Amino acid sequence: MKFLSIFDVIGPNMIGPSSSHTAGAVSMALLARKMCPSPVRRVTFTLYGSFAKTYHGHGTDRALLGGILGFSTDDPRIRDAFSIAKERGVEYEYIIDEKTETAHPNTADIQITCEGGYELTVRGESIGGGKIKIVRINQIDVEFTGEYSTLIVRQTDHPGIVAHITQCLSNERVNIAFMRLFREDKGAIAYTVVESDEPIPERILDEIRENKHVKELMLIQAQEV
Amino acid sequence: MDFKSGKELLELCAREQLPVSAVMKQREITCGSLSGEEIDKKLDTVLSIMREAVHEPLRNPKKSIGGLIGGEARKVADFEKTSRSICGPLVGRAIAYSMAVLEVNSSMGLIVAAPTAGSSGVLPGVLLALQEERELANEDMFKGLLHASAIGYLLMRNASVSGAEAGCQAEVGAASAMAAGAVVEIMGGTPEMSLQAASLAISNLLGMVCDPIAGLVESPCQSRNSVGAANALICAEMALSGVTHPIPFDEMAEAMYRVGLSLPFELRETAMGGCAGTPTGCALGCKICG
Repeated sequence: MKFLSIFDVIGPNMIGPSSSHTAGAVSMALLARKMCPSPVRRVTFTLYGSFAKTYHGHGTDRALLGGILGFSTDDPRIRDAFSIAKERGVEYEYIIDEKTETAHPNTADIQITCEGGYELTVRGESIGGGKIKIVRINQIDVEFTGEYSTLIVRQTDHPGIVAHITQCLSNERVNIAFMRLFREDKGAIAYTVVESDEPIPERILDEIRENKHVKELMLIQAQEV
Repeated sequence: MDFKSGKELLELCAREQLPVSAVMKQREITCGSLSGEEIDKKLDTVLSIMREAVHEPLRNPKKSIGGLIGGEARKVADFEKTSRSICGPLVGRAIAYSMAVLEVNSSMGLIVAAPTAGSSGVLPGVLLALQEERELANEDMFKGLLHASAIGYLLMRNASVSGAEAGCQAEVGAASAMAAGAVVEIMGGTPEMSLQAASLAISNLLGMVCDPIAGLVESPCQSRNSVGAANALICAEMALSGVTHPIPFDEMAEAMYRVGLSLPFELRETAMGGCAGTPTGCALGCKICG
């Protein structure tokens, strides 16, 4: 069982009204923002299940946008997310989908276009008490929480890449807490997700990139989330 | 220094000759990742957020997003100052403050989940009313928060504090037990008395359902928080006077959890039963959520 801290009981400090529908929504969008290589210019949120039904009364719409703007769960600016997004020139849109069934009732898709045209779509689930999971990146099912330092490698599914990644991690003495490979079809695009207790040094990225089958890297440090 | 039950907590308190708050702090230092100073700093932040949240709605009442609440805390606080007040200063203020926090929460303000957002009014309402009424030091508040977190931790570990899993008795009931124990320690009671107060608090609210109108953390959540606050003070008063509850804390926690699991789905945060399921509750739900 994970250690329950004083501040797991008396906490989190958060903008209300709901840990799952507000704080969780902020966290999943903030995590999506951290996966982007450049500032977000456009974002479309698709809300499913209970998010679709009660988003307005829980401020889920403002919470998601607040996360995209880089606000943490206790940032009072979340309330003014709409006007701040306009000021910063971030376009946003919401699609309310009450029909599609999702695995978890509190689910949102976050479709992002960044400066320079980079595009990313992630699916997040708010699983209770403000905890979240990212369960899909660009059509591929994955799973990570952002509670650990997380390295995400987008690669073509090819022998030896995981060995290459672990070699690079070992060279930098990064202790792996969890490591998983997610793919759709053999030989197609796959994601390797590595989670570590300690920060993962950024210089590792260049080393990993040397393998030609590595297409893209994302690094999210735990203390930032 | 760790404990997994109320029984183990009491044994530790007796062995180390320490109050519950000090045992909880030692547990965090020895088993967690925070130092004593880091804990104090975080507690200070918690207390200042709580203080702002109990006072702000009395100065500037705001409507909730769903529009079901807003302004009630000020009404109760103003009424308490009149000669017609029934509850008197301590209980009157505790209920007004606990309601105030829910107004902050439901209008997208900053609160501390304690243990949840839906029950975030109980602990600050009780502690800050007590501090103001009895002119207590902030150190007493930190003790109270640590003590409350020990009881909340045991309920999270051995039962549940989720309304969706175990009803309002798990959220407001847990918050009330946390606050009751905290008051006993602050007012000089023994660790045994604290757990008696927590047991009493849980048993008084046993079976309370989670039935939020329109599925929002507004009504009846706000007034339930005031019940949790008043119940905490009542149970602390009883425990300090020497009244005991026949069922030990650990068994009471388990009973609460079992009752919670046996609550029908409609009465566990789904907004389908209880207040939410009444004709008026349904109509309000349709109006707010479309």
